[in-house]
Amino acid sequence: MSPQTFSTHATGAFSADEDAPEYTAYGQDWSDIAEEAKRLGQQRIVVNMGPQHPSTHGVLRVMLEIEGETVTEARAGIGFLHTGIEKNMEYRTWTQGVTFCTRMDYVQSMFQEVVYCLGIEKLLGITDDIPERANVLRVLMMELTRIGSHLVAIGTGGNEMGATTVMTTAFIAREQTFRVIEMITGLRTNNAYIRPGGVSQDTPDGAVDYIRELMPDVKQRLDELADLQLENPIFKLRLKGIANLNLSSAMALGVTGPMLRSAGLPYDMRKTNPYCGYETYDFQVPTSTDEDAYSRVVLRMEECYESLKIIEQCCDRLDAMEGQPVMVADKKIAWPAQLALGPDGQGNSLDHIQHIMGQSMEALIHHFKLVTEGFPVPAGQVYQQIESPKGVLGVHLVSDGGTKPWRAHFRDPGFNHLQALSILCQGGQVADVVVAIATMDFVLGGVDR
Amino acid sequence: MSDKVSKKDAPKKSPVETAPKKTDIEDSNVDIASAIPDPEGRAPITLINVREGMFSGAGDTSGFGGLTQAVQMPGSSERPYGEWFDGVVDILEELLGDEADAAFEYIVVDRGELTIYVQRDHLLTVMTHLRDDQDLRFEFCLGVSGVHYPDDKGRELHAVYPMHSITHNRHVRIEVAVATEDPHMPSITSVYPANNWHERETWDFFGIIFDGHPSLARIEMPDDWVGHPQRKDYPLGGIPVEYKGATIPSPDTRRQYR
Repeated sequence: MSPQTFSTHATGAFSADEDAPEYTAYGQDWSDIAEEAKRLGQQRIVVNMGPQHPSTHGVLRVMLEIEGETVTEARAGIGFLHTGIEKNMEYRTWTQGVTFCTRMDYVQSMFQEVVYCLGIEKLLGITDDIPERANVLRVLMMELTRIGSHLVAIGTGGNEMGATTVMTTAFIAREQTFRVIEMITGLRTNNAYIRPGGVSQDTPDGAVDYIRELMPDVKQRLDELADLQLENPIFKLRLKGIANLNLSSAMALGVTGPMLRSAGLPYDMRKTNPYCGYETYDFQVPTSTDEDAYSRVVLRMEECYESLKIIEQCCDRLDAMEGQPVMVADKKIAWPAQLALGPDGQGNSLDHIQHIMGQSMEALIHHFKLVTEGFPVPAGQVYQQIESPKGVLGVHLVSDGGTKPWRAHFRDPGFNHLQALSILCQGGQVADVVVAIATMDFVLGGVDR
Repeated sequence: MSDKVSKKDAPKKSPVETAPKKTDIEDSNVDIASAIPDPEGRAPITLINVREGMFSGAGDTSGFGGLTQAVQMPGSSERPYGEWFDGVVDILEELLGDEADAAFEYIVVDRGELTIYVQRDHLLTVMTHLRDDQDLRFEFCLGVSGVHYPDDKGRELHAVYPMHSITHNRHVRIEVAVATEDPHMPSITSVYPANNWHERETWDFFGIIFDGHPSLARIEMPDDWVGHPQRKDYPLGGIPVEYKGATIPSPDTRRQYR
């Protein structure tokens, strides 16, 4: 293929020694292996962790070279969850693409939808035409998802360290955010709710009251989580001063989000490059200078409280903007109908169907063209970045003037964060690897796409 | 590989007899590319696609089967570029000195974003200046995104680097174009270590070889995979699905709008 020769193995070979003994662990037999290694006089062991390890947040393979309990080398191998979403998006209309990109990082699905739609809107030149109510709904959805994503990071992290209660508490709180999201979008996750030009539908009756009803419970669970963890001596021993990443390393490796803020840089896209009207909300960006695993958990907790503040402001605005449009006025871009919930629980808009099937042939043609063909997007390319719970999420979109993307590339923050795994783990204990992975917070669905 | 690309959709028999007869696409490419300026009258630089007819796949019954349309990227911009763009270009030109003319291919301002097309031999120098100069200070390179333009002869593979400056809160796009036959460009991992995996991904998906990368191995696809899946001539794959007696072809072989 090329005159150069590359390392044949994705992560490079640790040893060229053909005679090195190999052990396979099946669980519960670690002492036997250690015994055998001791008999053979082996000091240095290469352990393959994953890909199907419960603490790897998907399917991540970590190759650890250990001496006793100390990790001397750690390498991450990814690609097990690659599903070709970006390639698939090139064969679907711009609107259909939303349902694909939402499935990348399935824990923060709203953020992929938002960044993708913001990119399309920039290509179309309609960024300023998005109705205010749609922007508020986008912010509301993003902040609910941010809480959910952080709770997954904190909860599964606790579970991996042996504290099941942390996980159950976090997931109960996350379920409350899902209740709201489900009420408004119809789905718990992978919603395809954010659409080019706005959002797919307006809130149902009583949605704002429902948010106001549920959020105190989320706050209470967050308090509970803080009480459970932050002053717990075992928790502090496991996390304080562990998996350090200083500012210069973080910058060099393109690490963003809470990882970067834990190293002392108060960098948040919502403040520096506001989108969806974030500049009009009152919230803080928590920052720490401890650069360790503990500070990252604390930052995520604090960010959840800040998100609750933003959600409160969203509720007030939604009340004030009752009845305003949630989709761009341009009928050549806007999705032709909003869904309404029928008595059978299925979404459909009877009024719209009556209109296109019985009254207006032009409306039917318009609907048919827009839904099957989609809308053309002028040729060009844009880059859009937003602050996802995990860090800077970027999208590079290229249009050939057609109704489908020529190229859609997503820059998932976890992809960069995983490169820092070696720095976080090397020189630490084997048990710290799990802490490092848990507090890095990545999801392999987003990393591999 | 590339000689096949422009003919991936073989010309179909037009249902309308008077439809213009398709000429050799290789020739018409050149004509179309130079004949049509972009909407703002700028000289075109990247031929994104040559669209033929209204539909892909079999059976373009629209009567537009003979229609050939070249789609261009927005062309090179003239000074002043606006906002802070002139300043950044000035500083880069000053730092590059005599190299500047050879280093910059085009400078494009479109949709409020600055794109600098850099000649590949000068990429590393440009990137070093972007990172190190105090008035530029692009701390983050947010990866590299490959794009395949099979109809843009001699410049089929593009590598796009989104650069972000935290100090000045600016965003610049650096773009490098190479040919499929010679898909080499320097690795910038020595300047931006964060691009290590991104370059591996772009090698994996597009076959761009980043010279000087410490370990340019596949990252998403299996090690023994053949081909580069994100190229346009690489099929999407998929199997026809049967539903209630009818068969629906896979998405890339399905008849669809262009």
